[in-house]
Amino acid sequence: MTVAPTGKGGNMRKPRFAWLAMLAALALVAAACGDDDGGGDGTNGDDPFRIAIVAPSASNDLAFSQSIVDAVNLIAQERGNVQVQVTDGMFVVEDAAAAIRGYAEDGVDLVLAHGSQYGGSLQEIAPDFPDTAFAWGTAADTFDLPNVFSYEAASDEGGYVMGVMAAALSESGIIGVVGPIEVGDAKLYVDGFGVGVLAEDPGATVNVNYIGSFSDVALASEAAQSHLAAGADVLTGTAQMVVGAIGVANQNGLLWFGTQANQTSLAPDIVVASQVYHWEVVLRDIIANIEGGTVGGEIYEINLANGGLVIEFNDGFDLSDDVRAKADAAIDGIKSGSISTGQ
Amino acid sequence: MSDLFTQAVFIAMVASGVRLAVPLLIASLGEMFGQRSGVLNLGVDGIMLLGAFSGYYAVLRSGSVWYGLAFGTIIGLLLGIVSAVIAVTLKAEQGISGIGVYLFGLGMSDLLFQKLVGTPVPISSFPKVQLPLLSEIPLLGGMLFRHSLVVYLAFVAVPVSMWVLNRTTFGLNIRAVGQNPESADSLGVSVARVRYATVIIGGTLAGTAGAALAIDLGIFQQNLTNAAGFIAIALVYFGAWRPLGVMAGALLYGLVNAVVLQMKTLGIIPLAWSDIAAMVPAIITILALVVVAQRFRPPAALTKPFLRGT
Repeated sequence: MTVAPTGKGGNMRKPRFAWLAMLAALALVAAACGDDDGGGDGTNGDDPFRIAIVAPSASNDLAFSQSIVDAVNLIAQERGNVQVQVTDGMFVVEDAAAAIRGYAEDGVDLVLAHGSQYGGSLQEIAPDFPDTAFAWGTAADTFDLPNVFSYEAASDEGGYVMGVMAAALSESGIIGVVGPIEVGDAKLYVDGFGVGVLAEDPGATVNVNYIGSFSDVALASEAAQSHLAAGADVLTGTAQMVVGAIGVANQNGLLWFGTQANQTSLAPDIVVASQVYHWEVVLRDIIANIEGGTVGGEIYEINLANGGLVIEFNDGFDLSDDVRAKADAAIDGIKSGSISTGQ
Repeated sequence: MSDLFTQAVFIAMVASGVRLAVPLLIASLGEMFGQRSGVLNLGVDGIMLLGAFSGYYAVLRSGSVWYGLAFGTIIGLLLGIVSAVIAVTLKAEQGISGIGVYLFGLGMSDLLFQKLVGTPVPISSFPKVQLPLLSEIPLLGGMLFRHSLVVYLAFVAVPVSMWVLNRTTFGLNIRAVGQNPESADSLGVSVARVRYATVIIGGTLAGTAGAALAIDLGIFQQNLTNAAGFIAIALVYFGAWRPLGVMAGALLYGLVNAVVLQMKTLGIIPLAWSDIAAMVPAIITILALVVVAQRFRPPAALTKPFLRGT
């Protein structure tokens, strides 16, 4: 290729090649970021029930986004005639809004805006598509719109159970928490965890560090290091960036309690248990409502009592019967209402 | 407040700041070479992301952290060549083309991760190397000399960069091409060749920085760098296009982050202030940038494609 163009006409042509190169790159990116078709195929001849998910992080993040994708795929398996579309990695709210609107224009039956940060966008978009059902979470607000459902997780309940176990297992009496931003189910989980720790050991110290990001893995890793320096021997955390903190816990032999999805595979030796979200519990009701002609207006919650929250223990971790009994007692107490998580 | 300043906590805090600075330092040094020759590459973060995934994947498959670092570096080199073709040969508008490279890296690293790995799988991290004698120095030993080899290499790259820029013919050509490419060209210096070299150096180091980040964390996730590449570009301005300045900026950014994190952990910064405190490193960097901008001028030909005879 000519390095230095010699005339004005030549100069005019060069940027075109640059734009072509850029367009090619952007096309590849579009391919990379494009929607994934999952779920059912509608092979029985009826129109499939179409569900679209817009999620902030990767659909296999072992955390928040994976919890909804797993639930929708389960629904698709149960029903057999469901078409699932996923747009993940929508950490930019404006991009998510475009995806939400695109799915609505495409005639999807249920658009799941899976992130509390998408509420403002949904409030603007939903009125333009009155026949389309939208659901968003975690939140307890439908904006009084007739075609918006909302769903939330009582993550404080599992947080409390984890806190009880953490306090029982901690030898130093110092427990560290790595959180993203103090909102939504993250705040509920962290608050419930703290109440659980103090219920088991009133003298324990719970150090909470909200790093200010849902996605900064390096910062989450260093937050875990700061807990280690402060004397913590048990850690927990919530949101997708905690993979960094789990790595630090694993390298230093600290115990870890997970939430949102089962995180045992990330560190089988140190993950004691995980609170797992089963959104299918509320999705079944939402779909039943839509098929009955109601496309919004309801607020749903997953919790320990309705089976939407499940404490999954790591079979590979040698948890003592005594601590397991404390956890089971906490679960039963929350279900029966005899234990309050403080929320 | 006393808890913050126990010796163990203080050592851990500074060590944390150093670790946070390293990927930024490596990427910034590379970007600095490009900018000194007149090429702004906004695609650093995208190259870091592909370097991070490549390094992670190579470790996952081979089990060797050094193969991973090498693979991420090679991918960075290849993307550096692509960036150079776009910016130097095709003379694309540098800001826009850089964003294109960034978007390509962002999307492609995630696509490859989804297709080749799927759910995050932990990998080995770099082993820690305690430097003989130096690691035994009270306070300083724990802060500075008990890191992985990559940390030491990153800081060794600073004087090496200074030597290349200030003591070699290649460095003189870089500065000449960035300041006055027409004069350099008239003296027989190939502007294109120099810019190719610096952009490729920048891409290579960005790939290294990404791989170092992923392997140090022992994991890969979508958008792992969290815009670290853009911070690295800002640090070049912060450092006034000089290796020592870039190092100072990276260390300042890392240390402020580490101090804020430790203060949050110890409850010195109340929970209600957490989100505001998280912005402190960025605010300090912006303020410093403003101060630097008053005192130093960027290379005169920065962002300007070289067109002979115009």
